[in-house]
Order: sequence, then structure tokens, then C-alpha cells
Amino acid sequence: MAALLLSGCGQNTQTTAPGSGSGGSSAQILHITNGTEPEDIDPHIVTGVPEHHIITALTEGLVGEDPEDLHPVPGVAERWDTSEDLTVWTFHLRTNAVWTTGEPVTAQDFVASFERILNPELASKYSYMLFVMKNAQAYNEGKIKDFKEVGAAAIDERTLKVTLGAPTPYFLGLLNHYTWFPVHMATIEKHGPKYARGNQWTRPENFVSNGPFKLVSWTTNEKLVVERSPTYWDKDNVKADEIHFYGIVSADTQEKYFRAGQVHNAYQISSDKIPTYKKNKPELLHITPHLASYFYRLNTTKGVTKDVRVRKALSMSIDRKSLVENVTQGGQLPATFFTPPNCAGYTTTAGFKEDIEAAKKLLAEAGYPDGKGFPGVEILYNTDENHRSIAEAIQEMWNKNLGIKSTLVNQEWKVYLDSQRKLNYEVSRAGWTGDYPDPNTFLDMWTSWSQQNQTGWSNDKYDELIKAAGKTGDMEERKKLFDQAEHILMDELPIMPIYIYTRVYLLDPKVKGWHHTILDHHPWKHVYLDSSAK
Amino acid sequence: MFRFALRRILETIPVLFAVASITFFMLKAAPGGPFDSDRDPPESVKKKLDEFYGFDKPWYQQYFIQMRNLIRGELGYSFKYPNRTVNGVISEAAPVSLELGLYALTVSICIGLFAGILASLKPNTMLDYIPSSLSMIGICLPTFLLGPIAILVFTLNLEWFPLAGWSTPASKVLPAFTLGLYYAAYVARMARGGMRDILNQDFIRTARAKGANESRVIFRHAIKGGIMPVVSFLGPAAAGLIAGSFVIETVFYIPGLGQHFVKSAFDRDYTMVMGVVLFFATLIVVLNLVSDIIMVWLNPKLKFDHD
Repeated sequence: MAALLLSGCGQNTQTTAPGSGSGGSSAQILHITNGTEPEDIDPHIVTGVPEHHIITALTEGLVGEDPEDLHPVPGVAERWDTSEDLTVWTFHLRTNAVWTTGEPVTAQDFVASFERILNPELASKYSYMLFVMKNAQAYNEGKIKDFKEVGAAAIDERTLKVTLGAPTPYFLGLLNHYTWFPVHMATIEKHGPKYARGNQWTRPENFVSNGPFKLVSWTTNEKLVVERSPTYWDKDNVKADEIHFYGIVSADTQEKYFRAGQVHNAYQISSDKIPTYKKNKPELLHITPHLASYFYRLNTTKGVTKDVRVRKALSMSIDRKSLVENVTQGGQLPATFFTPPNCAGYTTTAGFKEDIEAAKKLLAEAGYPDGKGFPGVEILYNTDENHRSIAEAIQEMWNKNLGIKSTLVNQEWKVYLDSQRKLNYEVSRAGWTGDYPDPNTFLDMWTSWSQQNQTGWSNDKYDELIKAAGKTGDMEERKKLFDQAEHILMDELPIMPIYIYTRVYLLDPKVKGWHHTILDHHPWKHVYLDSSAK
Repeated sequence: MFRFALRRILETIPVLFAVASITFFMLKAAPGGPFDSDRDPPESVKKKLDEFYGFDKPWYQQYFIQMRNLIRGELGYSFKYPNRTVNGVISEAAPVSLELGLYALTVSICIGLFAGILASLKPNTMLDYIPSSLSMIGICLPTFLLGPIAILVFTLNLEWFPLAGWSTPASKVLPAFTLGLYYAAYVARMARGGMRDILNQDFIRTARAKGANESRVIFRHAIKGGIMPVVSFLGPAAAGLIAGSFVIETVFYIPGLGQHFVKSAFDRDYTMVMGVVLFFATLIVVLNLVSDIIMVWLNPKLKFDHD
């Protein structure tokens, strides 16, 4: 015991920790809290955002992202051209893009990677991200057996042709999703069957990649370390020497690590700490818009919410501004619309007014004047302090403004998902983060065929508009179609929008090259430390 | 003793079998599955996943396959971490939990016995009240409160210890103490009670009457019997320290097994739940056995075999 204590005191300073003032050499080691332990780093298997942060450090796709506004910049492809109708895209791969093994990254590598993620045997959960490619869905569903029929072809070693099923103006943005990233097939085949789960190729001793950093070590539930790759084509512009990713889950623990100077960021911060940081250390606190919407699903198949007038009354009678200012406190944007504003240049004109008198009138028309005879409504949420606070505030507003009673029910995450899917709820809390910066990722989920709909609502006109938007490459025309669709959505309100999320996090001022981006992407090759900054 | 241990070990087989079966059926009964998320994969993908993991088979076949694999020692791949085997995850995380548990146990025994014995010697004086009230506070203060307070005071303000997960010896001090103190409080109360019982017994009075000095009475005669309740408590306590460190692991960011125990259930990571539950069940059985053996050694009234 004494030995434990003594050695403890002796090793008080950690040489790798930032801020410990270790030596004069300006070692560029970023310590990043990343939300959670990655499920894996196989881009064809994982589904999460923390995984995205790690995979984009290790692997590079056809295009990269501008660090400030994420517009597509050359990646493995040094240039590309597209047919007039935006359905055929030709990528010209650079000659100096190589794997960590030294082999060149070829067009065949991309085709083989697309084939792997779409192969039905692999059962990749995110395979649908590639469904814009011609016949990709049919191949993934096993309706087509020959991958040659899918719209991906290597013309030669450095020319890749991708044919899409329909004009897709946001295609280049999609390419920055890891599902489109190349994998080194020879390595995968060496460590197991290439189309089966449980392949050991992502273990640190086996892993091969082509990005600005390479994998050094990975200790489960501790940290994953990457260092600058000596084989990366643009290595001279990669500024950090190493990045250490920590999977700290607890926001409080992240904040303590940050305060102790052991990490450069706190991935998230609990809302009760926001006011203190705002007051005392505003330079550390960052609140940035996020491409995500917080809303309640209203079950349109049963109960009081079957009546559109009730749905409208519920939506119109809450004070969203007060909610974000007093409850969530993270600078969220009150929303009476669903798609976050300025999503790929699209800002909807749809929306409704919060109007208690009008809400009361609608409720009276529905047969519940001043809430009399209203049977009550149940708000379902997944167990979480923040969701509970929001639900309590809304419960109170409905009670005060409409005179109706509601009860709160919380369920553990998987049970809640199950209830929602089976339409076993009246009102259910939900959130949706865009997969890519385009309104389509927010609006196609309310079509009658979408699995994410889960409200029982369908509208033929709405379906038609979304279908039409998927067929035109003209962005202005698409915006118009999406806007009309969102008008229908906000008129029938199978959902009750509440606010647009913000990302609230802490960042050390020494970290440079890190910009506020709507997808919370921070292309790592541009991020570095400036020790002189205070 | 050998026969006693062997019999107890053989008895664990039906226990573990029952634990595995109950775990299997409880997991099947829980709503939702490992692939459910707020972003549902396409139906065709779901079907393939079910086929891959054998969920398309009837439940009794799944049960049979599961039991067969368990007998072979194959726990399979985790659902949450698809490229890692459950065996691999447990063998990585268990040593950390065992190490933490061992330190915490040492802390709790050292502090608990010292405070408890001290308190028993001078009952109803300050020497009794202070350790007794401190141990009451120790029992009442949950680790999720004690942990962050310890970090705040010893790491952020005094800067005595780093907050570095589970790497340097210094980083292990706070978690070991936070976890250990809670059990130290129990140990102290039990030691006090046990010692009070013994000190009132006839043989102690005899020893004193024969003129043995007080320290000889305590260390030679009383302690062996006085700490019996502590020893019987140590088996379950050790298991609790190793399995129940979820909160400490989260607060201090330690890569132990406790968090898999809790998180795998939320994730419906069937294989991981099964693996971790069986690991802990085995651990509890073994530690109880060890504490029983120590008990018999310490107490001449008990015997290993009834015959």
C-alpha cells in the first residue's frame, strides 16, 4: 500500500499530457475526447460519429473536405468531371496516393471496396448510403448477383467511373461518408473471409490505410493512437504528429480531464455547466449549429393525436424560446420547421406560429374546449435527464396553456426504439442527425415507404414531391419541391418540431485549424497545436 | 479439505448452467435486439444479420447452440464490437478489474479492520464514536459522489494525482481508495461487532484472569475469532468489488469489466452479456469457496466434512 502511494507521488507529472510543460520540443500531440469507445474502425461495419472521427484520420476517400465549410476538395481523386445530367461521375486518381504498405491506391481498390460494403453477406448496416449508385440497392438485396451491373467501374488503374441511378447534386458530399472510403482488400482477405464479420484486419498490428495518419495502438476503453503517415501523399501539410483519441463516455469525466489539462477538448458538456462556462470561461466554450433536429413524433394512427387539430394545438401551444433558454440552455434554435436552416442552401418557408389562442380554438373544435374531456396524453422518452427536463417543461406548458393533462413515461433505449417502431406510443421524443448536408436526409424519412417514419402518417402528394426532388439535378427546382413537401409536413404535423440542435463542447485555445462546421467534422490534417496561444 | 473443495466445485456446474439458461431466456424476453438503432438498416440487411447470428432459427435451437458453444468455451463475437471476441474483451478487461478490486480490497481491509478493532476496544468513547460515525458516512456516501469529489479535491485542486485512466501507479490511487472506502466502512462495522462479541466471552475473561496483558489478549486470543464476520463477508465483498466497479470505472475512465457488464445489457450485446455474467458468476462461486475455506481454518468449531 505504501509503495503504491509513494510511487504515486513520484509520478505526478505526465510527460505526454498537454500543459505539463514537457521539454521545449514542440511535439504536436493532440489529445481528443471522442464520446465513446469505437465499435470498430472498419468503415464498412461501423455506424457511429465517433468512429467517423477516427476513420477520417486514418483513411481518405475520393474527395476530402475543406476545413472551414466542408466543401469537397481533392482527396485520392485529384480531379473529377460529371455528365451534364449529374448521373455519370469520372474520378481521376492521383499517382502519389498510396497505402501504408506503399502500394498505389487504384480505381480497382474503390470498386472492390464498394463491392464489399454492398455485398449482402457482409450485411453492412450503412450500405444504404451507396444506394444512389445505379443498381446498388438491387445488388445489396440480392436481386442482382453480378457486381458488374452496379454503377462502379475502373476504366484503368487511375480512372474510376461511377454511374448513379438518378441525378444527385449532393453526391460529392456523400463521398465524405466513410461508407465510400477504400479498404485494402488484400489485408482483409489475409485476416479472414472478406465478406464476413469478425475479420481481424482492423487490429493495430494488421491495419492498412491510406489517410493522413496511421494506426499505432488501440487499447480497448482507454485510447486509440494514430501518428502522421510517412506514406501519405500530402504528408508535408499534415501538422499534428500524433492524435490520441479517448473514448470517455461521461460528460463530467470529460470535463474533469479537460480541466486537468489532460485532453484538448471535452466532446460534450452537461447543460448545468453551461452557464458557469458562459460566465467565467467563455473562450473555452463553443456552441455551434448542428445538422440535427429535436422533435416529438405524434402517433397519427390512434388516440387523440389521430386528430390533426389536436396535433396542431399541441404544437402551437408550447414556448420553444423559453424552453431553449431555460431548460436546454445550449443556444439551440427554436424550430417550427423540421429541416435545419441553410442545409445545403435550403431554408424552408414552411412553419407555423406559436399561438395559444388559436391552439385553444383548435382543441375546442376537436371536442375538448379548455381541455375538458381530454383523455390525457402520454409522452414517451428514452431514459435521460435532459429529455426528462424537456418533457416536464412541455407537460407544464400544455397544462397551463391548454388545460390538458399529460404523463411522462421513460423507457430504456432499446425498449423505447421497439415501442416507437411498433407505434406503441402517443407522443414520443426523437432526434435526427443528417447523414449528409442535403435536405433529402431530413425529408425523405417522412415518405410512406421510409422505415424511419414511425408515425403512421402518409401523404401521396408528399411522397410524389420527394420522388420528384430525387429525379432532378437542378438545385433550385429541388429546393422548391422540398419546400412544398415541408409545407405539407408542417400542415399535417405528424411530428412536432422543437429545436435545432447545437453542438456544445469545450476546446483548448491552443488547438488551431479547427473550425465550426455543421456536421462537426474537423479534417485532422489541418488541426494542430499552437503552444503560444493562451 | 480437498474433498470439501472438490464437492463445492462440482456443485457450481449446475449453478452455472442455471445462470446461463436464465440469462439466455431473459435476453430473449427483453424487447429490442442488438441491431436496433434509431437508423434502421434495410430489411434485407437485417435478415442477413439474423441469418449470420442464427436468430432465424427457432428459440430451442438457438438455446441448444448457445449451450453447446458455452461447453466448448466459445463465447463468440461481440455484437457491439463486431471484430472482437467476447473472450478477447474479457481477457483484456478482467485483469484491470481484478487489479482494481485487489487494491480496493486491501484498502478496505486495512482501514476497516484498524478502525473496527480500535472502536471495539473502547466502546462508547470517542475512539468508538469517531470511527463508527465515519464508517456510517462511508456507507451512506455513494461512490458516484465520492469519486467526483475525490477528483475535484485531489486532482484538480491539490494536483496530487493525475487523472490518467489506468496507466501509472499514481492514477490507481484514487479509484482504489474511492472503491475501497465504501467497503472499509462495512468491514469496520463488522469487525467492531465481532470483536465486541468475542471480548465478552468466557475464554477472554479467563485469559485476563490468568494475568495475560491486554495486547496479548487482543492479538493472541480475540482477533482470530473477532474478525470471523469480516472473513465471511470478504467473499461476496471481493466479488462485489470486482464486478460492481462500474461507477468507479465510468468516473475515473478505467478500462475494466464492470462497464461491459452494464453496457452490454443496454446494447443487447447477447454474447457479451452471457460471457460477462458467467465470468462473474464463476468468480463469485470461487471467492465464496475461498472465504469458506478460510473460515474453517479460523474457526475450530467448523469442519470441512461432516462425516
